[in-house]
Amino acid sequence: MPRAHSIERATRASRLTVAPWWAGRADMRLLGEVYYFVALATLWNLLAGYAGLVSVGQQAYVGFGGYVLFALAMFLGVHPLLAIVLAGIAGAVIAIPVAPLLFRLQGAYFAIGTWVLAEVFRLGFAQISSLGGGSGISLPASAVTGIAASRPLREMLVYWVALAIAIVAIAFAVILLRSRIGLALTALRDSEVASESLGIDIWRTKLFVYVGVAGLTSMAGAFIFLQKLRVSPDAAFSVNDWTAYVIFIAVIGGIGTIEGPIVGTILFFLLRETLADLGTTYLMILGAVAIVVMLRMPKGLWGWFVARTGLTLVPIRRRVIFPAEPR
Amino acid sequence: MEWVNAIVQGVLIGGLYALFAAGLSLIFGVMRLVNIAHGDMVVAAAYLALVIVQMTGLHPLASVLLVVPLMAVLGYFMQRFLLNPTIGKDFLSPLLVTFGISIILQNGLLVLFTADSRRLAAGSIETASIQLVSGLSLGVLPLLMFMASVLIIFGMELVFFRTRLGRAFRATSDDPEMAQLMNLDRNDVFGMAMALSAAVVAIAGIFLAIRANFDPASGPARLIFGFEAVIIGGLGNLWGTLAGGVVLGIAQAIGAQISPGWQILAGHLVFFLVLGLKPRGLFPRMD
Repeated sequence: MPRAHSIERATRASRLTVAPWWAGRADMRLLGEVYYFVALATLWNLLAGYAGLVSVGQQAYVGFGGYVLFALAMFLGVHPLLAIVLAGIAGAVIAIPVAPLLFRLQGAYFAIGTWVLAEVFRLGFAQISSLGGGSGISLPASAVTGIAASRPLREMLVYWVALAIAIVAIAFAVILLRSRIGLALTALRDSEVASESLGIDIWRTKLFVYVGVAGLTSMAGAFIFLQKLRVSPDAAFSVNDWTAYVIFIAVIGGIGTIEGPIVGTILFFLLRETLADLGTTYLMILGAVAIVVMLRMPKGLWGWFVARTGLTLVPIRRRVIFPAEPR
Repeated sequence: MEWVNAIVQGVLIGGLYALFAAGLSLIFGVMRLVNIAHGDMVVAAAYLALVIVQMTGLHPLASVLLVVPLMAVLGYFMQRFLLNPTIGKDFLSPLLVTFGISIILQNGLLVLFTADSRRLAAGSIETASIQLVSGLSLGVLPLLMFMASVLIIFGMELVFFRTRLGRAFRATSDDPEMAQLMNLDRNDVFGMAMALSAAVVAIAGIFLAIRANFDPASGPARLIFGFEAVIIGGLGNLWGTLAGGVVLGIAQAIGAQISPGWQILAGHLVFFLVLGLKPRGLFPRMD
């Protein structure tokens, strides 16, 4: 039975891989969007749900990645797909001096601190006139055609890059949580004092997670604005798009689970496709749903499902197994 | 003289920032929660004042009499029904609930009042000013607001250190479980803290409405200014918060003199500078 299950999953996964051959142009675009929201929500969840670093300012790295991509492609003629990777590295590098500053803020104040950082980035990039200043700039056609010569090939590549970003984000989270750092994070969550006394360096553990997440978020951001072909300070550093939606996804899916952000993203897109015509009211509904989920099922839909069935798709929990007592 | 003028204006607006901050730091002090909807509550109070003034013809400053009690009651019930159920050992759940409230408030105001920016006209007092020396004059209204802010912060200190309610706040803040054993109803204490915070928010909202244009999206910036004033001034010290607000106001005024794009950015940079050099703020509480 578990075998049949995994075969079925593998088939479904491979169907997504070959989407360029069966899906239409609009569907592929939508799927690309789904993938980057899965990536953003997974990364936010890693910070908030596992490392206790609740951020409402991840748009700082989304926008930063987007701008770095534009700068590299426009001024240095870097191939856009390579620029995505470089933007990720740049995001991680910029996070290294920023993190110690933000870590001086405790708990809930850290959250607002991350927001101020995003505002600094937004106002800062608005000052750079060669990147369009406050009104933004479009990616020149030469950079777009530089991805690949023909349009179908280009769309195929862009689609796979999106899929790859989602897979890399999930793999990063799973591998991290199954490593020593994951164990350290669990210990930290249960008791900071006890884990410190056992030799866990709280600060370095959190720094590693923060910097890794910043880098991958910047990669996702670079991809997002490569797909949008236009970047502006307000779009790049939007709290609504890159933090409110992402938090909504993680909350309804289940904070502190790997599957939660994936489940949440699917629900988010179903809601969006059905309710988006409502405009402003739609956002109010999202806010209200998030509050109700937080009050009624704090572990989200996936957490609720796991509590009922005991099923997990990605095992990251550790169980203590007691050896049988010798008689 | 232009610079002196800018700095004086910065000091005066700093009083308003300290008002944004006072309610925020009260909530953090009592229940270790940062209310992300704080700025949106300020803006909601501004709209409430606008509606009341339009309906009753009251002077904007007199609308305090209605806006303050209304906001306090709303704050109390928001705390009891939405926040108290989530307050426990982690700060994640209540923080995310206030984030949800923030989104609902912003978009609710957008539905009700459109995205147009509004202002509350206060009549002739708006333009009245006192000339100190030639080239330097103080607006009567900004001066009054600054003095009111100082008085309110003084009043909050009194409540916090001289009243039964303040004792309940401090006891719950120090040791929630022990306070509960002493027959303090935690839910009610938290509700009262939010009510007091919302009352201060109401005054801040009215001042904001008279001083500047506001629209449904102005909330987050007010939250951030208040937060920066708290951190610059030092946690747990209301007078420090006032100083923090003034420092922020001056930084923004100087930034604006350099270039309009630098006004807000200069404030943020001073915030990060203080965080880097004096992480406990300029005037940390003696412990």
